[in-house]
Amino acid sequence: MKTLLIGEYREGKLLDSTYELLGFAGQLGAETAMLLVGSDSQLPACGGTLYLADASQCGEYNPDLHKQLILDAVQKENPDYVVFLHSSYGWDLAPRVAAKLRVAQVSEVIGLAEGGFEVGCCNAKMRRTVKPATPKAVITIQAGAFAPQQPGGNPSVQKVTASVMSNVTFTGYEPAEAKDVDLTRAEVIVTAGRGVGKKENVPVIAALAKALGGELGASRPVVDAGWVEHSHQVGTTGQTVSPKLYIACGVSGAIQHLAGMKKSDFIVAINKDKDAPIGEVADVLVVADVLQFVPALTAKL
Amino acid sequence: MKILVCIKQVPDMESRFKPGAGGTWYDESDLAWRMNEYDEYAVEQAVQLREQLGESAELTVLSIGPDRVGEAIKKALAMGCDRGVHVQDDAPATRDPWQIAGIIAAYAKDQGYDLIFTGMQSQDRGSAQVGVTVAEDLGYACATTLVGFAFADGTVTAKRELEGGIKGVVKLATPALVTCQLGLNVPRYPTLPNIMKAKKKEIQAIPVAELLKEEPLAATVSFHPPARKGGGIVLEGEVGALADQLVGILKEKTAILR
Repeated sequence: MKTLLIGEYREGKLLDSTYELLGFAGQLGAETAMLLVGSDSQLPACGGTLYLADASQCGEYNPDLHKQLILDAVQKENPDYVVFLHSSYGWDLAPRVAAKLRVAQVSEVIGLAEGGFEVGCCNAKMRRTVKPATPKAVITIQAGAFAPQQPGGNPSVQKVTASVMSNVTFTGYEPAEAKDVDLTRAEVIVTAGRGVGKKENVPVIAALAKALGGELGASRPVVDAGWVEHSHQVGTTGQTVSPKLYIACGVSGAIQHLAGMKKSDFIVAINKDKDAPIGEVADVLVVADVLQFVPALTAKL
Repeated sequence: MKILVCIKQVPDMESRFKPGAGGTWYDESDLAWRMNEYDEYAVEQAVQLREQLGESAELTVLSIGPDRVGEAIKKALAMGCDRGVHVQDDAPATRDPWQIAGIIAAYAKDQGYDLIFTGMQSQDRGSAQVGVTVAEDLGYACATTLVGFAFADGTVTAKRELEGGIKGVVKLATPALVTCQLGLNVPRYPTLPNIMKAKKKEIQAIPVAELLKEEPLAATVSFHPPARKGGGIVLEGEVGALADQLVGILKEKTAILR
């Protein structure tokens, strides 16, 4: 079995997540070749063939051109699977490649299963086993689902390029908003999730944070709704935290949120939905209405 | 200018999901249905563009599914879409993303849409494939995961959300398709007068057989709950007693409470 892995590179750096692709290939027991739009000064530490395109010429985001580079490499390697991270780069590019190849795509794979690949569904509350019906398939793997493998060694580099008329023009990056709250240093974080119901209820959660000498965190929907400022957001697009105590109040536990807090020493989740995925990472799951339970807890401290 | 927004109706995600007959998708009985959350942002952005362009624009909303999806289409019409297209399909869950994209592309290919909006993914299936695949099928420019959108002089300026809160800015010439991320805008609630007005708007019904030409490329072989990792304690009961229990646990297990 053979895989073509699509490495990740941004703002002049090879991203560590690239090694998760090798972890996935390792679990499959597959041979690997890699394609990277990057730089020869930032080579991944692994053996095998590396099709390397120069990001300064091909652009870090240029989907039409990157698609062509991948299709060229597929022709040379004839892989069983073309594997991406399920990231802003991978989920954007993978369906383009799958459509051109007319092969199945299995998105956000979290594990190997008998008869196919395991993926999450229904906001991560349930699982599906998906089986490609085509001889080749495009796979995206969930960030953090496969332990990175860094085998060491040097790839055998084949420089590649392509010339494609692109109808999407990348004009630059916009930096993340300044963080006036540094959650990464907090010992206790009490996070408000959608379950707090409305902006007027956020002080109830903030009061518990204060009583514990901690900081207020927020899940994405709460920030999107404007109830709490973005600088408090925990998760993939916010801050990644690992406090001594993390209390998630009315947070359902989207994968992007879990990725930002699951390394906390002790996790308490308060949720009226016993099946909420936050329960998977919680040391204690309190099945209750946040607005009734949180004030009762604060009063006991 | 012709604009299309594609929406899916999904169950409320707080529902209890259990496998249906066949074991490859959820049992649809006793579920409350709503518009896929990502699609609400897509509809809102499309309606804002429609308002920006005025009478020179026409905004169509499309959904695939059984009769119940009429409710989602009506909501989009009440939010400001001009007309609806209901692709009647009693078994949409049996289609893979390739087929769903094929149905939308088959409908859209002769319609001359300048811009197509979709959510970046559905909350239930979550494949994040359909929008991009429609763009590939139609040969449209495409950008995913938008948290910023502007349109001027035939060009879309889009901000894509990247990991770590960084944004990538891209420009797309029309015809183009964009997929919308949560937080792109603030989706409006339909007002009562607009709900009444929406009742008079046209909803065109098209049987799925007229548009479905593709065989599936992937199959779901099983739908099941995650294996419980265990270890976590689940506390249930009266709130005051629960608070006492939790304080006890925190004193024992953490150095925060003493």
